[in-house]
Amino acid sequence: MQEAIVAEGLVKTFGSVRALDGVDVSVPTGTVLGLLGPNGAGKTTCVRVLTTLLKPDSGRAVVAGHDVLRNPDAVRRSIGLSGQFAAVDEYLTGRENLRMVGELYQLSGRDAKRRADELLAQFDLSEASDRPAKTYSGGMRRRLDLAAALVVSPPVMFMDEPTTGLDPRNRMALWRVIEELVAGGTTLLLTTQYLEEADHLAHDIAVVDHGKVIARGTADQLKAKVGGERVEVVVHDAARLADASEMLASFGKGELGVVKLQRRITVPVTGGAKLLAEIIRELDARGIEIDDIGLRRPTLDDVFISLTGHAAESENGNNGDGGDDDGGGDENLSEDGPQRGRVKAVKA
Amino acid sequence: MAVLTETPVSEPVVRGGLAQSVRDSIVMTRRNLIRMMRIPEMIIFGMIQPVMFVLMFAYVFGGAIGIPGVEDKTAYRDYVMAGIFAQTVTFATAGAGAGIAEDMHKGLMDRFRSLPMSRGAVLTGRTIADAVQTALTMVVMVMCALIVGWRMHDGLLKGLGGLALLLLLGYAFSWIGALIGLSVRTPEAATSGGLIWLFPLSFLSIAFAPPTTLPTFLQHIAYWNPFSATVQAARVLFGTPGADAVSDAWPMQHPVWASLLWSLVIIAVFRTWSVRKYRSAVS
Repeated sequence: MQEAIVAEGLVKTFGSVRALDGVDVSVPTGTVLGLLGPNGAGKTTCVRVLTTLLKPDSGRAVVAGHDVLRNPDAVRRSIGLSGQFAAVDEYLTGRENLRMVGELYQLSGRDAKRRADELLAQFDLSEASDRPAKTYSGGMRRRLDLAAALVVSPPVMFMDEPTTGLDPRNRMALWRVIEELVAGGTTLLLTTQYLEEADHLAHDIAVVDHGKVIARGTADQLKAKVGGERVEVVVHDAARLADASEMLASFGKGELGVVKLQRRITVPVTGGAKLLAEIIRELDARGIEIDDIGLRRPTLDDVFISLTGHAAESENGNNGDGGDDDGGGDENLSEDGPQRGRVKAVKA
Repeated sequence: MAVLTETPVSEPVVRGGLAQSVRDSIVMTRRNLIRMMRIPEMIIFGMIQPVMFVLMFAYVFGGAIGIPGVEDKTAYRDYVMAGIFAQTVTFATAGAGAGIAEDMHKGLMDRFRSLPMSRGAVLTGRTIADAVQTALTMVVMVMCALIVGWRMHDGLLKGLGGLALLLLLGYAFSWIGALIGLSVRTPEAATSGGLIWLFPLSFLSIAFAPPTTLPTFLQHIAYWNPFSATVQAARVLFGTPGADAVSDAWPMQHPVWASLLWSLVIIAVFRTWSVRKYRSAVS
């Protein structure tokens, strides 16, 4: 299959920070690559290089068959970019925004107008089309931003954290749009801090940390790297964390993961539900009260921890959007915690 | 929500060169003009300030400052107006800077830079839209000045020529604003960054008073100041009494040429510099 996006050895430094430290990326035509990593990992810098916004210090990149450095305008004609912040002019109406973008893509005035109307209808914005974007809700703005990126139905799309800051309902809705887009043959490079999002949308995932791709594969391949199932316990009393850790170590088949702030202990196991029952009895016998316990198959979260040795630190990764279905093998006894299935906001 | 139907979309046309630059600049100018109309308070405030300056200078300083070579004690009102016009048109610097800094701040600049559009169009569109707003402000200010006693003594045609030179100076300065807007982090910084240096520049000129009492080296600065060239050109074209009694420095002797030259040089330098900065802008 032909590659729609190829990047080799991208390096970009800002002062003493190596934002990109030799990044290789390749995305076959018609597939989705998820760039996964915490804030500051280099995801956005990578997108900015591939979309001609930033010149790399070294390395080369070819997008939709055109060299990013040598033929940037040809690249720009073939791509759509939907950024982290909804980049629409808030004093212009939805229709005016889309017409403007269409004309700047060098469509004729008439085509730009027709395409704007089409997109407004497709993105459920027809009713609001003649109101300034200032009056739109966050979800509507994000849809308008995405519509603007799709004005010429570009064969290659870049989405930089498309769902950051959206509520679960809007996030799911955006996911459906992205899925339809990809079903239509668009090649997509998507950055996200949400492991669940990469799992859900991307064919291939590249895990990025400190400007490097530290792992690459399908979600299943990455999970396989981490190994089998694990037991996760949330202790009620932080003072008993050490006791519980010691006890669980004797049941486990590998290194313990302890997140102190959440009083959470994770331990790789073999033995399934039977072992889980044993652990519960043992905890009970020792009088260690627990808030939550579950048997889990590895999530991408675990992948990240096992690859980097730390949970991904993220500045704005605090909760408030719980209740997402992470759709993968979770057999917890309790409801999903708010941070399940996404990059954790805590230090390990 | 959205169902993405298969839509035959016209391929983007590969244009290039001047035709695309002009078209893209028109699209961007229209965008900025629409924005201005949606924020009418900005236009209103933009008009109140120069009107206040006209009234203040006419009535507060009007009787107190005499013009060398002119007997009439109210001549200052007539004399100072060209200076106030010049100061007002150069306030466009702050507007252009703030607008461009806001586009950077909001991520719109990234969108524009990822589109196959002419590299200068975003900035050109903004500066032209600012020139339109400046022209509107000037209409109000001219009417106000006529009321307090300012006149075009040498006929309408020359008078309009003077106003055109002023407008050109404002356009040139808005390119300085564009560069400032691309260089700072917030719109607020662009506004103050676009204004602070304007005050010394406009006061160290012949805009508000003949600089005859200044130390000699400051007089030289005042006479070679781009501000002074345009103010002097406007006074000469307006036929303002007292306009010919200035220094024999070249810009004061050939003010129309000096004004044109200054404005064109500023545009050439700052447009080139800004467009280069835009290409590599990081928001």
